[in-house]
Amino acid sequence: MKTMRNFLDSLMKIMALVRKELLTILKDPSGRALLIGPALIQALLYGYGATYDLTNVPYAVHDQSRGAASTELLARLDGTGVFHRVATLTSSDQIAGMIDSGDALLVIGIPSDFETLRVSGQQAPLQVILDGRNSSTAGLASAYVSSIVAAYNQSLGGAPSVTIVRRAWFNANLESRWNIMPGLIAALSMLQTLMLAALSVAREREQGTFDQLLVTPLTPLQILIGKALPSILVGLIQSTIIFLIILFWFQIPMNGSVWLLYLGLLTFTVTSVGIGLSISAVALNMQQAMLYTFMLIMPLILLSGLLTPVRNMPEILQVATYANPLRFGIDTVRRVYLEGAGFSDVAYNFIPLVIVGAITLPLAAWLFRNRLA
Amino acid sequence: MNASGFTTRLVALTRKETRQMLRDRSNLVVGLLLPVALILLFGYGLSFDVKNARLTVVLEDSSPTARQTVVGLQGSPYLAPVWVRTMDEAERLIRAGKTDAILRVPGDFSRQLADGNGRVQLLLNGVDSNTASTIEGYVSGALSTPVLQQADRTGNKSARAATIVIVQRTWFNEAGESTWYLVPGLIVLVMTLIGAFLTSMLIAREWERGTLESLFVTPVRPLELVLAKLAPYVVIGAIDLIMCLLAAKYLFQVPMRGSLMLIIGSSLLYLMVSLALGLFISGAMRNQFAASQMALLASFMPAMMLSGFIFDLRNVPVVIQVVSQALPATHYMSIIKTLFMAGDIWPDILRSCGILTLYALMLVAATRRKLGKTLE
Repeated sequence: MKTMRNFLDSLMKIMALVRKELLTILKDPSGRALLIGPALIQALLYGYGATYDLTNVPYAVHDQSRGAASTELLARLDGTGVFHRVATLTSSDQIAGMIDSGDALLVIGIPSDFETLRVSGQQAPLQVILDGRNSSTAGLASAYVSSIVAAYNQSLGGAPSVTIVRRAWFNANLESRWNIMPGLIAALSMLQTLMLAALSVAREREQGTFDQLLVTPLTPLQILIGKALPSILVGLIQSTIIFLIILFWFQIPMNGSVWLLYLGLLTFTVTSVGIGLSISAVALNMQQAMLYTFMLIMPLILLSGLLTPVRNMPEILQVATYANPLRFGIDTVRRVYLEGAGFSDVAYNFIPLVIVGAITLPLAAWLFRNRLA
Repeated sequence: MNASGFTTRLVALTRKETRQMLRDRSNLVVGLLLPVALILLFGYGLSFDVKNARLTVVLEDSSPTARQTVVGLQGSPYLAPVWVRTMDEAERLIRAGKTDAILRVPGDFSRQLADGNGRVQLLLNGVDSNTASTIEGYVSGALSTPVLQQADRTGNKSARAATIVIVQRTWFNEAGESTWYLVPGLIVLVMTLIGAFLTSMLIAREWERGTLESLFVTPVRPLELVLAKLAPYVVIGAIDLIMCLLAAKYLFQVPMRGSLMLIIGSSLLYLMVSLALGLFISGAMRNQFAASQMALLASFMPAMMLSGFIFDLRNVPVVIQVVSQALPATHYMSIIKTLFMAGDIWPDILRSCGILTLYALMLVAATRRKLGKTLE
């Protein structure tokens, strides 16, 4: 009976603190707007803007042959709907200008003896000049041209080559948006939860109210929970907004269990809040808290696998990313969302998350009392 | 008289801001060390170059022809093939996330190939679509070669007849190294981050503490205040910039084909824009909490996602292109990539620098307005 009363008492205290924290966030109209607006706008902007898929390749042609083969080949290129001819060059001097200015991503040069060579059964060279300033785009465009030429060769009765029948699981058309958007569910919400948590204690320190909080009957654990819950709540609400946009606006099919997705998000958010609160407890004022947060955010995002795969990193950095909750948050969301992975498939992601959370949260609570300015 | 008053006040204010900046050691250390740490971390860490891609091969046809067809997979530095016996086993691997792709050579492959209808199946894990496409490219490259050689050996000369071959040249980045375009892009991100985090709290803090109101009763004018707040951070940013450029050139061996003066000049211009943007946000939000969030959301995130850092702006819808053209980072991104990899392409550089100058002036003017001597 007594333990029950103690528990209820402690719960009431925490709820009072949570209410006060939520009021601090919500009482200011710009603060309210900052909770929903950025998640909404960013999900839409980056949903459309973050794509590796080639949809528009402006190209120029310098055709000195004007034979049947070159005409047919160019018609095939135009027929893809991806390649758009922006210029027909009359001299090879114009090539540099087209590429330098970025007006054309690639220039196709067809020599005057192209048709003669091809008809006489020799190899006819098709010149392709690419703008390598974005090597990803250049590589994709080059592969696309090769596949068109290969198909054309085959139609001419060329070498009997092996046909590759491709099937991609979980993302049949290999759309990069399917890869990036589920990652954003974790990444975008982390940005703000981390900041919210990082500034929460630092703000009170700066305003001097944290000392008052420390002399109340609240234990460090109760303060920790009271400070963490609102940020966790905000994080989950933001994740939900992004999740709904992806599901209903971008219509990327969800294959896994919503419960598992939220279990992953919850674990991930708690860990992020743990990092944020630790920053907050170390910082003496808001400027410092923000400084440390900014310092962490860039590595956390760029080394998470959101934009470039973790497996392409050097071994040492791959090991370092075990401390990055976003890596495992993103991996869990992607695998549950796209692959329909079950708990046993993603269980290994929870281990580093729980470990980081188990270190940062108690650390924050300890720092509350032991770091006094 | 008037002009000398301006100078005296500006110098005095700048001295005060510099002292304040130097007093907070953490600020200074982070401001100077972070850029170097970031560029090292990401220069090595970010890469699209897939090496040792995990491919599982299921060879259901054990004939010499089939073996000959897949032999090319092993020589490739890009592929790390693993051989398993059954399709079930391979599918288990892909589901467990232990392999990225499965290449299946069906039992009747050599018979079908003799009929001119050889087919292999490639199963990809499409979650990482970029890696999946890259692997597809590697596999098709590795497979086609042995068949051509074989055709030659059997004396079937017509196999090679009447084909068009591609003679390809990639300008500016012949080897297709992603580091070459990511590192200049990182300089943009670092400059953006520096600007956003160094200045975004400056005015908001004074609003919160009420010290700005005390300044209103002094002869200090808003423009002097803006310039004095920018000056010390321009110095920090310039040091950061030089360290980034050195790292790009000597550690990552990114070519610098444009003139160094232009690289430095345009970067300093962008630094001004970036610092002024942070200051403007600070002045507009009047609250450190909101200012820091806005700085992150309005300058850093768009610079990372929409400036052409990684995602090619040619591929995005028109609306997004309009948004990205409105970002100063997009223009600096295009200048710096061109200057590093292509060279001094004047028309583009002049246009982008013009836009950046406009932004700098507009932001300083707007911040000045926000600091007008009015009380709520």
